[in-house]
Amino acid sequence: MSEAPHNGGEAFHTEDMTISMGPQHPSTHGVLRFIVKTDGEVMSEAIPDVGYLHRSIEKIGEKVTWHGYVPYTDRADYLAAMFTNQAFCMAAEKLAGIEVTRRGEFCRVIACELNRIASHLISVGTFGQDIGAVTPFLHALRERETINNFMEEICGARLTYNYIRIGGVGYDILPETCARVTEFIDHFEPIVDEYNRLLSYNKIFVERLANVATITREDAFQYNIVGPNLRACGLKWDIRRDIPYSVYPELEFDIPVGTGEKGTLGDCYDRYIVRIREMEESCKILRQCLKMLPKGPAIAKVARKFKPPAGEVYVRVEAPRGDMGFYVVSDGSEYPYRVRIRTGSFTAMSLIDKISRGLMVADLIALIASLDVDAPEIDR
Amino acid sequence: MQQLLDQLIQEGNFPGVPKEIVYAAAMLLAAFAVLSFFVAPLAGVTSWLERRVWARMQSRVGPNRVGPQGILQWLADGIKNLLKEDIIPAAADKWLFCMAPYVVFVGFLATFVVIPFGSQLIVADLNIGILYLLAVTSLVVVGILMAGWASNNKWSLLGGMRSAAQIVSYEIPAGLAVLTIIFAAGTMSMQGIIKAQGWAPWDWLLFYNPFTFGAFFLYFTAALAEGNRTPFDIPEAESELVAGYVTEYSGMRFLFFFFAEWGNLYVIGAIATTLFLGGWQVPPIPWVTDQPVLLAILQFVVFFVKAYFWVFVAMWVRGTLPRVRVDQLMSLCWKYMVPLSFVCLLGTAGWMVLFPRGNRLASVGMFLVGVAILLQFAKRVRYQIRHARPELYWKPYI
Repeated sequence: MSEAPHNGGEAFHTEDMTISMGPQHPSTHGVLRFIVKTDGEVMSEAIPDVGYLHRSIEKIGEKVTWHGYVPYTDRADYLAAMFTNQAFCMAAEKLAGIEVTRRGEFCRVIACELNRIASHLISVGTFGQDIGAVTPFLHALRERETINNFMEEICGARLTYNYIRIGGVGYDILPETCARVTEFIDHFEPIVDEYNRLLSYNKIFVERLANVATITREDAFQYNIVGPNLRACGLKWDIRRDIPYSVYPELEFDIPVGTGEKGTLGDCYDRYIVRIREMEESCKILRQCLKMLPKGPAIAKVARKFKPPAGEVYVRVEAPRGDMGFYVVSDGSEYPYRVRIRTGSFTAMSLIDKISRGLMVADLIALIASLDVDAPEIDR
Repeated sequence: MQQLLDQLIQEGNFPGVPKEIVYAAAMLLAAFAVLSFFVAPLAGVTSWLERRVWARMQSRVGPNRVGPQGILQWLADGIKNLLKEDIIPAAADKWLFCMAPYVVFVGFLATFVVIPFGSQLIVADLNIGILYLLAVTSLVVVGILMAGWASNNKWSLLGGMRSAAQIVSYEIPAGLAVLTIIFAAGTMSMQGIIKAQGWAPWDWLLFYNPFTFGAFFLYFTAALAEGNRTPFDIPEAESELVAGYVTEYSGMRFLFFFFAEWGNLYVIGAIATTLFLGGWQVPPIPWVTDQPVLLAILQFVVFFVKAYFWVFVAMWVRGTLPRVRVDQLMSLCWKYMVPLSFVCLLGTAGWMVLFPRGNRLASVGMFLVGVAILLQFAKRVRYQIRHARPELYWKPYI
């Protein structure tokens, strides 16, 4: 065949269509907007437009006391509020030199890992829904519901916990709750298998995700991709292991990385399967923590109004969406001088423009879902 | 029906009225009766059942408030949608926008003319029945394209375009699969095709030879795609295109599209039953065959159950599978289904040359293969059920 241009050359004039995808769109996971330029189904450009959910959480930090800011951090990432709690508390503790009680540390890890499972369940559930399978989403939410019940037992809240406080945790975990959590893990681990049978190894699902929107390791470094998205590129980097905090050095757990098992390394499927594996690892951590949970107070004695010495500190925790950093400056007063939150979703958004060129509209949905971006965490 | 009308006219029931007007009025009356007493409840109850079946697969309860077990939910939804404001976007092409739901609906409703519910229960046994069916279902794509274009919304346009490409492509394998059956049955009349089969499964055209067996799966897959069902629901893929071509619709116009979709589900099952599964054929039970009314009822029940089974399968598929991408959809159609349906067609043609009277042995063999496949499938399902960790509720009602 001769090499005629597909649009028939000059005779047939075509132009790109610009579509505003969002802020109200079913699969943008909150209020998120993309300016998509498409030629039919194929996109030439997808520019993310962030800021629809900006609540100036960082600025609020300058106006409330150290203790008072903890509930605000819940809202920075409401799918994984424990981690934002923990990151800020760790920053405050580091500034003020407060030692967290040992039981408090274990309670934190238990709560965090439960929260990680809950967050990943939402992630893989909505992933299924974005690809068109609604059943896995509801199955995932069913399990998450149990975790929410635990959270309610532990701290009285189901979404915005305000559980981790400066110096430890707000409430001790009761032995009955521990027993129930163990029971849940026994029940949950086979569920992950079931989930795999229903969704992960589904032919259509694999076809939709394998080799789609591959992020190379170089791109991941350059755009500062963190967390499961980075590990999906084959790099074993986990803050829990590499910059250890809390009691993680005492615990044994694997770091699942992408292997390109169904396609190329770093494709959507790798990012999906890494999250599935991480849920299993979280179960492992939970088992160990529940066994090792020491006796003692859950929270250290911290003054209601305390003034950490002037200085600055940057702490990072491994949140479900990757490296969550808190940069906190103290000027020696009752209030933080400056709070800055660094989140994984925000940097992931910057990559979308580059990766999405040449993808189809349906692939963009898979890409957003696989990056597990979360609108409140992007905008804060 | 014409005989009855002629009789009524001759008895002088309609003095001075031209014959044609009486015919037309009777037809309208019959259409109205079919629409309101069969098609509307059928589509409605299907929508309710789908939501219930779907809910149960997803460990939910589903609608159970309106009427016993929520069976009247569709009526409540219908009334709600009737009372809603009918919004026509200012930028829309008003005429086309208003027309589109009706075109889709007509395309769906017209199929009921040739669906044989029993040996006597058929509106018109056209001698080109199946061809007529393929023709009128193509009308749906016109309506969808109208909706997509007239809405003046980019998501609608994308949805309409996807739908047009999809339906036009999948008509080819569907048509070829149907052609296979026309070869085997030797007729295009719906009743003729059923009469070419028997009541026993090995007399069905499904097991006529290996090629018709394959053609059935090709037909069912292509029909799901034509009916915009998961895994081929890309024209209204809610996570991609918001709601596809129905994005701008509201109220009753919106409902008309879904009315057609749910009703179409039954039509798919009915066509599959007619072509492959022996239609209304019932075993010759002596005390039933003597009584025409009882026989008609039995035939209707047999036909209805067979057809509704495939509706259930479509619901099941929807509850299980993700959605394919638009390019995968096209490559599946053109690279696999079209060649395979040609193989089925030529294979059946060759088979008919080899065995002009059919091959009973092969039919029974294919029947056994079918049973084996079904057993294997049941084994897989049983494995999943036994290894299900969450509690399963087997009661059909809550």
